[in-house]
Amino acid sequence: MRRAMLAVVCGLFVMASAKERRADPQGGATVTGKIKFTGTKPANPKIDMSEEPKCKAKYQAPPTEEIVVVNPNGTLANVFVYVKAGLPATYKAPAPAGAVTLDQDGCRYHPHVLGTMVGQNLEIKNSDGILHNIKAKGTKNRPFNISQPTTMTSTRTFTAPEVMVPLECNVHGWMHAWLGVLPHPFYAVSGADGNFSIKGLPPGTYTIEGWHEKYGTQTATVTVAGSETKTQDFTFAAK
Amino acid sequence: MISALLALALAAGPPFPLPPLPVQDTTKGRAVYEKWCAGCHGDTGAGDGPAAAYMLPRPRNFTGAVYKIRTTASGQLPTDADLMHAIDEGLPGSAMPAWKGRLSDAERRDVMAYLKTFSSFFTDTSQHVVALKFGNEPGGGSAPEALKAGRLFYDSIGCRKCHGDQGRGDGPSAPTLKDDAGFPIYAADLHQSWRFRGGASVADVYRRLRTGLDGTPMPSFSDLIEQKFLTDEQLWRLAQYVRSLSPVRTPEVRDVIHAPRVAGPLPAAPGDSAWARVDRYWFPLVGQVIRKLRWFAPAVSGVWVQAVHDGKAVAVRVSWDDRSPSPDTAWLGFERRVRETVAGDDSGAGPPGGLWPDQLAVQFPRRIPEGMERPYFLMGSETDAVYQWRWTSAPSGGRAVAGLSRGLERFDTLPTAPAVAVTYDHGEWRVVFTRSLATPDTANELQFETGRAIPVAFFAWDGSSGEHGTRMAVSTWYFLALDQPTPSRVLVTPMVAMLLTLGLGIVVVRRAQRRQA
Repeated sequence: MRRAMLAVVCGLFVMASAKERRADPQGGATVTGKIKFTGTKPANPKIDMSEEPKCKAKYQAPPTEEIVVVNPNGTLANVFVYVKAGLPATYKAPAPAGAVTLDQDGCRYHPHVLGTMVGQNLEIKNSDGILHNIKAKGTKNRPFNISQPTTMTSTRTFTAPEVMVPLECNVHGWMHAWLGVLPHPFYAVSGADGNFSIKGLPPGTYTIEGWHEKYGTQTATVTVAGSETKTQDFTFAAK
Repeated sequence: MISALLALALAAGPPFPLPPLPVQDTTKGRAVYEKWCAGCHGDTGAGDGPAAAYMLPRPRNFTGAVYKIRTTASGQLPTDADLMHAIDEGLPGSAMPAWKGRLSDAERRDVMAYLKTFSSFFTDTSQHVVALKFGNEPGGGSAPEALKAGRLFYDSIGCRKCHGDQGRGDGPSAPTLKDDAGFPIYAADLHQSWRFRGGASVADVYRRLRTGLDGTPMPSFSDLIEQKFLTDEQLWRLAQYVRSLSPVRTPEVRDVIHAPRVAGPLPAAPGDSAWARVDRYWFPLVGQVIRKLRWFAPAVSGVWVQAVHDGKAVAVRVSWDDRSPSPDTAWLGFERRVRETVAGDDSGAGPPGGLWPDQLAVQFPRRIPEGMERPYFLMGSETDAVYQWRWTSAPSGGRAVAGLSRGLERFDTLPTAPAVAVTYDHGEWRVVFTRSLATPDTANELQFETGRAIPVAFFAWDGSSGEHGTRMAVSTWYFLALDQPTPSRVLVTPMVAMLLTLGLGIVVVRRAQRRQA
């Protein structure tokens, strides 16, 4: 009985959130761009997974860390691009009801870089079924450390904007992920094509920052009006 | 109590507008802090006082409000009671002493309030601070079935990854561990419950499993219970198993090692079952901080010692916990981090890193002293040498020599060494030295005698923690006494005396009764 009620309540929430999302300012402006990379790409350290045969079996070639992921087209993946400043002080965005998922699969995090909104659920999933611990090392958010020794999902939320909250596993010292926590939905992560796109921006002049775990940050100022799309590329150089 | 009531009132929602909370006066707490705490924890609470560089683990950095020992969920602030507990009881196994009895109740409360001012999290009203509800320990915790169940969960939830198969902190992930500040951190040795930061009881262990040790790699296992992967009882069983790995009581230090006389061959191998019947003695070791280069973070916290003799030879078994059989390349990175973290000396310079071996030295005077005079405990002196057995783990298989030590700088190897047998088993070295009581070289080698108090001291080095040369763990002088064969009159005389007393007593009572009649 209780469970049925819970399901109904959950259903209502989902419906409500769907409505809310539709109410998002879809008509706003878009900032899109490419993350370029110049110089010689460094080799990522190889991971010795011999202690974890279950993870090791998921790879054909020896896995590496994902500190610098340069795409075949020469662009840089895993750059967190977000609106750092420029939103009106009165701007308020409720946390979406949908969760963001961080998966532990093959003793690596998927995705390696991700964003979430303050108050939004982060679902931390263990697909490996072996012991992982997830430690969040925020300084503006309370750091935590939870154990997942089996296939399971734990949910946590973050209370304060922070770019970035480092996530790590101490059982597997090579496992690192980066979480950007923002009070608004205007962020994106460059993917396998090196592109990013931030949609639904109200008219205004914004400071857009691109963050990379090894190469630091790049910023640009972009002014948008109406429902226009502006292109703003970023370039990170090998150090 | 008042804070608990207040918390209840707040949780229930204020039925009327509450008056603003009184701003606590932290002036007094600040004075206490500056006098007693800042030396380690730093003026700004950042854990960077002048003494901090010599410590591992480092003093707490209060600015992040991240605390290991709590009763709250991982990620939550500690309760005031949690902070008071750490101040009152200290953190065993670290440099943090218990302040109960050293500071007054008011001083301790004041300083606790002052600590909280170092982090804005404590004034952030959106932070929830709720002590978790812990049930009671289920009974039968020392029964074999309970311990077997606990061991099952030890394996199934992966404790061995860091704490090792036998719990000595030697798991495959152990050499990679760092705390949140990036300092190297040892996975706890579960055989030394008296060094557990949050206390040694089963309930203490259970709480650490529930809350995790925030700021360290030790996670919280509460999600497992909430999601019904593990029952509360199963987690208690695990805590009981963990506690069972240590002695029931904290080992007390006894000054004299009694070596019983045994018939038949001496147990020369560390694994000989005869050792199970011999009393073992615990001797704590501390860092060598007298001579440069000094060492403030010894990895070996003590040694267990047993000894037996057969009238002709003596066998001394020394065992101690060590997370790796050094030299071990897996620990090279850890060793480097220890060297970078712990200042070896005032000069800041230390010996270069490398693949150092593990070492042990057992020290005696050259001859049994007649009075209380003994050679200098720290490896003798130029004028008064000491006789030592030194064992080193490298080259592989190890090697033992005997020699004369004339201070830290000079060791002259003697031609004859004691026989030595060694095993390394899941985080523990066990070394047995065997030597004849009497030897031809009476000038240099100690001649063991029964019934005498023979001074003995111990030194240990953990290579993978960068220990080498003067960077070592040392003990003071203790004594070894080889028991004399018990003469038969020792047993007969008391019996005769007892019988006589009994007989006399009966006679007296009978007489008294007769007189009354």
